[in-house]
Parts: sequence; structure tokens; C-alpha cells
Amino acid sequence: MRRILHAIPLLLAVILLNYGLIAATPGDPVTALVGDFPAPAAYRAQVRHDYGLDKPVPIQALRYLVRVLHGDLGYSFANRQPVVSLIAGRLLATLELVGTALAFASIAGVLLGAVSAQFGGGIFDRATRGALTVGYALPEFWVGQMLILCFAIWLGWLPSQGAHAIRGAAGGWAGIADGLRHLLLPAIALSLRYLALIARVTRTSILDVLGANFVLAARARGAGSIRVLFGHALRNAAAPVLNTIGFNLGFILAGSALVETVFGWPGIGRLLFDSIESRDYPTMLGILLLVSVCVVGANLLTDIVHRLVDPRVA
Amino acid sequence: MKRQGWMAAAWLIALVLAAVFAPAVANFDPYSGSADSLLPPFTQGHWFGTDDLGRDIWAETVFGARVSLIVGVSAALLGAIVGVAMGALAGWHRGAVDATLMRLTEFFQILPRFVLAMIVIALFGPGIGKVILVITVLAWPQTARMVRASVATLRRAPFVEAARIGGMPGSRVLMQEVVPNVLAPVIVLAAMDVAAAILLEAGLGFFGLGDPNLVSWGAMLNEAQQYLRSAWWMAVFPGATIALTVLAFNRLADVLNAGLDPRGRS
Repeated sequence: MRRILHAIPLLLAVILLNYGLIAATPGDPVTALVGDFPAPAAYRAQVRHDYGLDKPVPIQALRYLVRVLHGDLGYSFANRQPVVSLIAGRLLATLELVGTALAFASIAGVLLGAVSAQFGGGIFDRATRGALTVGYALPEFWVGQMLILCFAIWLGWLPSQGAHAIRGAAGGWAGIADGLRHLLLPAIALSLRYLALIARVTRTSILDVLGANFVLAARARGAGSIRVLFGHALRNAAAPVLNTIGFNLGFILAGSALVETVFGWPGIGRLLFDSIESRDYPTMLGILLLVSVCVVGANLLTDIVHRLVDPRVA
Repeated sequence: MKRQGWMAAAWLIALVLAAVFAPAVANFDPYSGSADSLLPPFTQGHWFGTDDLGRDIWAETVFGARVSLIVGVSAALLGAIVGVAMGALAGWHRGAVDATLMRLTEFFQILPRFVLAMIVIALFGPGIGKVILVITVLAWPQTARMVRASVATLRRAPFVEAARIGGMPGSRVLMQEVVPNVLAPVIVLAAMDVAAAILLEAGLGFFGLGDPNLVSWGAMLNEAQQYLRSAWWMAVFPGATIALTVLAFNRLADVLNAGLDPRGRS
């Protein structure tokens, strides 16, 4: 409960930061709310009035806060659409990509970390650790470009752009297969860094408990090493893995923006790239707000779930 | 571990030398194009090939090291200074100062730094100074938290008490007795921050937010994106250089960490 109360001022501060960016933009702040377009003077005057830009700063900030809390992120003049509906239209694609990448990173990362810990110090362990260090250093957008080069251009196995075939979406199983084929490369590109991070965290937390009393007790009862690993030691890795994902969500979403740009994936990241190109400021600020709120929410959720998983952290 | 540390050090020294003596190392001017566009590697003296405007990729990669190293090292250094100052003040004073500074730290730590950096640069215009500033503003919290924790423990250590009882003013005790003792992990964190800053700068460049007057690895990858089908070398070389540099700084952090941790010494 205290955690939730703690998150509220953070959320308000994040919204006010957004207002601060608008107010600090060089030139007329109306431009930050309309975008850098030759919008009609009447429309600019309307925006100036709606946001109270002729009033003192505290009142401006308050008005902005109230608007955002009412779910109004402004109007994208570039797309002739309210920012909220613009973002909502792209949300699903990003969730699909980020969700798949995180699921893959978690499953593969935990397995790799567990096996590596099991063979601690051996050849497999050392090779895995080397590969993980490299994986963690690769920029995800470059990984995306290399995957396109190998699997789309040279081998021709998978498509390089978009979320589905251009020529009409096929229905049924064919449509699902087509979607998966498009999803595979961007999801791998986005997941690699977090796979490496999760595997490292898993390996460390398993090595920490392999000598612990409850593991020795399980061994003494005759549990085989696979049973000990998956039934006892792995449970201990749940909380650190969860923390890794929760506290890195901001980076994961930014990585998604880069990967979406490489693969022409029609999500929020691609929208961010396009809005930066077209100087569509309200859309940019709307996306920043969404990502900030997601990060605050993820931190809160991580804390709460951490307490549920691990009763020692009360 | 040790061998990898030497390899990382060798790569970083080579990179710094290449960046400093870039005009001598590169046999072409990275800023002037030619009619020889999209030449594959090792043709007509272009080791890494040329890009769509006929510029030499090797020269661009060498000059790009300047931007990456300047941004990475300055942002990490400034971040470390701000982080140590904030953390030392919070850990030393406790009470209201501590609470306020830690709230501030928490706020900055929770901000989605990559997306925020993109938007700040998009709103305020590109420029290498702004990039350094944005990365610094977003990089100090982790250092501050760590320094605060160590300062808070050291505050009551016997040698600190002794200095205080000896009549040394509080600010001098903090600066001369406490802070030097918490710097070792700060150096490790700073090495990791250089790697993170280089990745962030590359991401900004890839988003078209780099300094338009300077070649950078991220901007090269942005251009390579349109030519993936016809010129793989435009993407492979700058990207591999980023990866190796980030890897080297992370390795350096690992080696420093192992060397500075007294338990790991043998």
C-alpha cells in the first residue's frame, strides 16, 4: 500500500516534466503543442487559449496536468487525429513484439543460465558466459540489420519488413503463420540483450543457492540433480529475473523503438521515429508520457510481485 | 579473464589512438564524397568499401570513434562527478537532505532515459554538447545511490570518528577521509556508463538525432538501413565497431571490479 502511495507523486512529477519540456522548448510553446507545421492562426490561438498559455506558469502547469489526467494528450495536426487514438492504434503491435521478445528472453535466458550454473566452471559454462557478454554488448538495431542481411536478403527465408504480407492478410492458419514469420526476426533482435542479462542473473542466483541447506536436504532425500535444479534452485531465480525485466522496461521499450524502425514494424516505436522526422511534437510527448507511466507502473508491479514471490522482502 | 582484459585494453588503446590521429589513420576524407559510390571492401584502396555518396567507410569509422569516445567518456565522467556529489551529501547529512536528494535520485532513475533523450534532442535540436548533457542528467542516479550507501556506512567508522574528534571540520572529513574510500566502485560503474553512453549515442544517431556536422557510428547505420540489400558493408563495419567498443568497456569494468574487490584478490 505504501508503495502505491509512493508511485502517485512520481506519476505527477512525470506529467509535470512533460509540461516542463513544452514550456522550455525554444520559441513559441504553442509549437510544442501543435507541431512544427504551418497550422492556421485560428487553430494556434485556440490551442493557446485551451492550455491557458497566456496565464502564469503554475496555472499552465495545472491545466496541463488536469488535461492529461482526463486522458487528453492533445491533437496530432500531422495525422489529423487525437494523440490518444493515434497511440492506441499502434499499441497492440508493440505489445506483440515486446511480449514475444520478453517471453523468449525469459525462457531461453533461464534455461541457459540454469544449465550454465549446473556445469559451473566447465567448458559449456565458460563458452556460455563468453557468448552472453558479447550478446549484452550488441546494439539491438544492428542485430536487427544483421538478421535481415542473413535471413531475409542472403538466405531469403524470412520477410524483412512489416508485420504481415503486403498483399492482403491471409485468414486462418496461413495468416497466423505469416504473422509469426514476420515476428520472428524483430523479436530475436529485441530479446538478445535481455536474454543475456536474464541468463547471467539466473546463473548467479542458482550458484548462490546450490550449496544452501534446503538444496543439500533435497539432495539428501535422493532428488536427482535435474529435480534439484528445476524443483528447488530455479525457484530462487524467479525474483531476480522478474526484477531484471521490471527495472529494465524503459530500455526494452526504447529498444523496441529502434527495432521497430529497422523492421518497419507498425508499433509505437515506429510512430515515435515518424513523429520525430515530421516534427510532430504532441505525438512525441504523448509517447514519452505513455512510456514513463509504463515504467513507473512496471516498477510498482515488480515491487508488489516481488513481495508475493519472496516473503523475505516484506 | 586476464587475457580478455588485455584484449579489451588493447582495443581501447588502438581506438583512442585512431581517434586522436584520425586524419593520419584514415587515407580518405570522411566528409567528401566521390563518384565511386557503393564500392565493396578492398577495391581501389577502400578497405571497408564506400557508401552511397562515395565516402570511404574506413575513414568514417575512424572519425566516428571521436564522437563516440568524447560522448561516452565525458558523459560518464560528468555523471560520476554529479553522482558522487549527490550521494556523498545524502549519505553524510541523512535526515531531510537525504530524503530530498534520494527522492530526486529515484525520480531521475525511473525516467525512461533513452526515449527521453530522443525527445529532448528532437525538441531542442541536435549537438554533441546537448547529447552529453542529456546522457549525464540520466546517468548519475546509480552512482549516487551506491555512494550514498557507502558514505552512510563509513560515517560512523572509527577512523572517521577519530578525524572528527581531532577537530577536523565536517566538510573536510567528508572530502578527505570518506569520499576517497568510496571511489573504487565508482570507477567500475563509470566504465560501464561509458559503454551505456556509447550505445545511447549510437541509438540517437540511428534515429537521425546525431550532430549533422559530424560522422558518427549511429548515423552511419541509419544510412546503411536503406542500402542493406545493395551494400552490406555499410552496416557491418560501423556496427561491429560499436559492439567491440561496448564489449571492451564492459570487460574493463569486470576486470576493474575483480581487481578492486579485496575478496577477489589472490
